[in-house]
Amino acid sequence: MAAIDIKGVGKTYVGNVNAVSDISIAIADGEFIVLVGPSGCGKSTLLRMVAGLETITDGTVSIDGRVVNQIEPAERDIAMVFQNYALYPHMSVYDNLAYGLKNRGTPKAEIDARVAEAARMLELQPYLERKPRALSGGQRQRVAMGRAIVRKPAAFLFDEPLSNLDAKLRVTMRGEIKQLQKRLGTTSIYVTHDQLEAMTLADRLVVLNGGRIEQIGAPLEVYHRPASTFVASFIGSPAMNLVKASVTGGEISVGDVETGLRAGLPNGLVIVGLRAEDLRLSDSGAGLPFNVAFVEDLGAQRLLHGYCGEQSVVVAVSPDLPLPEEIRLTIASDRLHFFAADTGKRIEPASV
Amino acid sequence: MVEHRPFLKLFAHLVLILGVVIVAFPVYVAFIASTHKTTDFITGVMPVLPGSDFFSTYKTVIFNGVASSGAPPIGLMLGNSLIMALAISLGKIAISILSAYAIVYFRFPFRQLAFWIIFVTLMLPVEVRIVPTFKVVADLGMLNSYAGLSIPLIASATATFLFRQFFLTVPDELLEAARVDGAGPLKFFKDILLPLSRTNIAALFVILFIYGWNQYLWPLIVTTDSAHYTIVMGIKRMSDVTDAEPQWNLVMAVAILAMLPPVLVVIFMQRLFVKGLVETEK
Repeated sequence: MAAIDIKGVGKTYVGNVNAVSDISIAIADGEFIVLVGPSGCGKSTLLRMVAGLETITDGTVSIDGRVVNQIEPAERDIAMVFQNYALYPHMSVYDNLAYGLKNRGTPKAEIDARVAEAARMLELQPYLERKPRALSGGQRQRVAMGRAIVRKPAAFLFDEPLSNLDAKLRVTMRGEIKQLQKRLGTTSIYVTHDQLEAMTLADRLVVLNGGRIEQIGAPLEVYHRPASTFVASFIGSPAMNLVKASVTGGEISVGDVETGLRAGLPNGLVIVGLRAEDLRLSDSGAGLPFNVAFVEDLGAQRLLHGYCGEQSVVVAVSPDLPLPEEIRLTIASDRLHFFAADTGKRIEPASV
Repeated sequence: MVEHRPFLKLFAHLVLILGVVIVAFPVYVAFIASTHKTTDFITGVMPVLPGSDFFSTYKTVIFNGVASSGAPPIGLMLGNSLIMALAISLGKIAISILSAYAIVYFRFPFRQLAFWIIFVTLMLPVEVRIVPTFKVVADLGMLNSYAGLSIPLIASATATFLFRQFFLTVPDELLEAARVDGAGPLKFFKDILLPLSRTNIAALFVILFIYGWNQYLWPLIVTTDSAHYTIVMGIKRMSDVTDAEPQWNLVMAVAILAMLPPVLVVIFMQRLFVKGLVETEK
């Protein structure tokens, strides 16, 4: 168990390709950090630099106060779970679990005890003699986690461990990972591109884009106060609606339509963020006119995809709400998010 | 492609049977010849049915040797062939798996160049480089020795290439997992890569054993001492007699015996052999 300190870390590949630049994250002991972002955002590269599988071009990574930049993965006291599990195909489950301990010269009796304990925790006892190819996807995933657990490392590193599983199993395993991490209290870094996984697992989220940090924060904090349009559109499902609007004397208008909403912002263009679930169908006849293009029924929710003027907007409504002929949308003004039209950064309006 | 038309079926079987007959007939003739007396061939007409001298011919060949032809007893030649074939096949596998490991898993300057140089030697089979190779072997004093018989044939581009292709299909994560598990380069090779290559090694062993066993030209050149003759060249020496009819029955018996070890290797390793060529176990 240890704190991990990532300071100004960058990775430049041959040919001056910048995969990751100037990343600093201070991870507390026992914290569950999720790195999330679209593919190619550098999240896996960052994780592999912490693991020692990728050299670090700039900055330092320290685990438990020790700078590990030049230290081999095996000596960093970390354990990694890979996306395709990377189990040794010719070894039994027992040997897969024991291999890392054997290489460290752990006494036989202790190996037995630790493997037995991990197998009990992950309900793998009946499969210890089997080869990985005789296991199902979920069981293989468990063996991969077991291989990390037996070592009792200072930190777990997960590299999209659930993306090879089917949707249902993914939800189950997600819960198991979360429970296991809480029980063991081991510092963990988890990489995923799935925002739902990120929201549910993380103590703190790190949203990455183009090799840079967009935002660090607790899941709900990121959800309620996204730092940029990128975070706003990435976290939350359906994605937050981003509508171009203009402010004149504190009045917000979308296109030619005055919304009747006010915000303490200077005159000019602004991007307004509207969560689909914050939008309401207006019954007074006031509000933004909305044309429905198509409807998705999810059971618990009904998603209306459509347009306000030229701009596409998604609205989430209760499935039993009757849809009027002509729809107008309203929203509480404290539910609005504002982003600068040029940089996409969040703007906090002055209180009106 | 799987059609159930009787005519096609018949045709396919005919083609296969014809193939088998073409391949098997010479072997059959050799076997028949080994069961007759030497005198039976003087007429110039080959008998096609087995004769009565099966036991006496094979007894002569195995226990007495064929003194008249200047060849050593057959047991010694079989032994020599076995030593040479094993040395060649095991040596080739050991060297090529290590060089493939170096080429695939280590980043060193001129790695690609090293690979291509190895690959280019495919174009230079033994026969092409036989004179310079002989000169080198002679200067090193390796004529008439097992080392001289096997070492020049050990370097192998084919096997290196096959192992390289196999290693490239092994997922990178396996190496990374091993690194996290504290396995150094040698441990990774011994604990993970070698067991995974098991079927490939078996398949290569079969091919290379037969290749080594069937060497004819090279042993003929580097051995002048009959103690190092191999069986394949021995057959040639037996049929080479001056002023007399070759004892065809004995020659054919030796040929049949010379065929046995490769056949046994194929039969006993067939399962692994096919597996190694067809599937990759991951």
